[in-house]
Amino acid sequence: MSLLEALPIGLLGALLGLDVVSFPQAMVSRPIVAATLAGAFIGNPPAGLLIGVVLEMIALDTLPFGASRYPEWGSAGVVGGSLFAAQPAGMPGALPASLLAALLTASISGWSMVVLRRMIASRLERSRDRLEDGSRAALLSLHLSGMSLDLLRAGLVTITAMAIFAPLVKAIVAIWGSESAASHAVVVVIAAVVAVAALWKIFHSVRHVLWFFTAGVLVWAGLLVTR
Amino acid sequence: MTASVATPAELRLRVKLAMYFRLFALQGSWNYETLLGTGIGFVMEPALRLLPGGVDGPAYRAALARESRYFNAHPYLAGVAVGALTRAELDGVDPVRIERFRTALAGPLGSVGDRLVWASWLPFCSLVAIGVYGAGGSPLAVVGTFLLLYNAGHFLLRAWGLRIGLSRGVNVASALGNPVLRQGPLYIACAAALAGGIALPLALQRITGPGRALIGAIIAAALIGVVLLAVLRERAQGWRIALGVLALFVLYSVLT
Repeated sequence: MSLLEALPIGLLGALLGLDVVSFPQAMVSRPIVAATLAGAFIGNPPAGLLIGVVLEMIALDTLPFGASRYPEWGSAGVVGGSLFAAQPAGMPGALPASLLAALLTASISGWSMVVLRRMIASRLERSRDRLEDGSRAALLSLHLSGMSLDLLRAGLVTITAMAIFAPLVKAIVAIWGSESAASHAVVVVIAAVVAVAALWKIFHSVRHVLWFFTAGVLVWAGLLVTR
Repeated sequence: MTASVATPAELRLRVKLAMYFRLFALQGSWNYETLLGTGIGFVMEPALRLLPGGVDGPAYRAALARESRYFNAHPYLAGVAVGALTRAELDGVDPVRIERFRTALAGPLGSVGDRLVWASWLPFCSLVAIGVYGAGGSPLAVVGTFLLLYNAGHFLLRAWGLRIGLSRGVNVASALGNPVLRQGPLYIACAAALAGGIALPLALQRITGPGRALIGAIIAAALIGVVLLAVLRERAQGWRIALGVLALFVLYSVLT
């Protein structure tokens, strides 16, 4: 992928990465949305949606509580969606390889958010006297530069990830040795395990919640039988 | 306490809209020193211009400095604090009392918001969207369902918080006893569990595709994995384990 081809994807990654924390937190950065949009950019929204759903299940494990550190799914969704959507249909290694690239991007991008927050804190320290004096200019400068740097951060992460992973995923898909059914099964098992364990982690303290989940599974089983 | 500069009803719509819009950018300068603090100052700034002397006056500068210090809350419920603190500043409440009020407000707004939004509403909306995918929904249907459902709650919560804060000022604490905030997370959690029970197998079925050659192995492996992760709950993050397992599988598939 050339830099010119990566630029629109980088811009999308920048905008969706900004949504994670800075603006507007409307959850367009959730992987189910980000990967689908990226797939649509490449011209294959169903592929983007498929990997987006898998990433969304895994993302249930990392909800953004307080000041905790978590992976950044906006840029990662864009990278995963565009990589998977760009692979020829029916290639068994496309989904696992693109998913791995997306998870690595999420991890690295999460780290880049920590670096950015430290940078903002250091800028704040430099302008502390002016802020304590109630300077409007100092406050606006700190705030708007924080948002601009976040946009830049997400864009750079996306472009860098695409530059590294696009040729890598293509090469992996070309020499992939596992069968198609097994490749899909591994991804499905990973997504299922992480999602169910995440739901248990989030909701285990709520009374009767296991019964509601079981009722849901029974509804699904009913649908399966009646179809 | 001095005379009020402007009551909530007197605050121009333009000012309220500016504050509401800025609420979406509240975390633009989030950092490990002041957390949301500078964001709170940024959102309140249009209303603080109404203080005597305007942007060059000592009242404005003192209020802006005070409100830009350390603060923490859930971003969607921070509107409650922004509204209440704005009201207090415009009413001329004693700065010492404002500081105490700020400190008291931060904790509850964080925990209530985390329970309602991150641990209930977001997973519920995710699972509904995953369910729409499992039921055969198109990309537009899945993404549209998620964004409309999630943001209906999101936009309303921010608007409610700002309105209730502006109208009640330092007496806003009682608003946190709202049944939606107290009981909502429990009901949403049950709905999310029900949705998860239907949506996850439906979606996994669609991803697996037609044919059930590996279905037994998939279910067995998934059950073992869930039990292992449930046991390791406090010691391991599921997504990190997923990353490790996937990396090993990719390596294996490339080398064989």
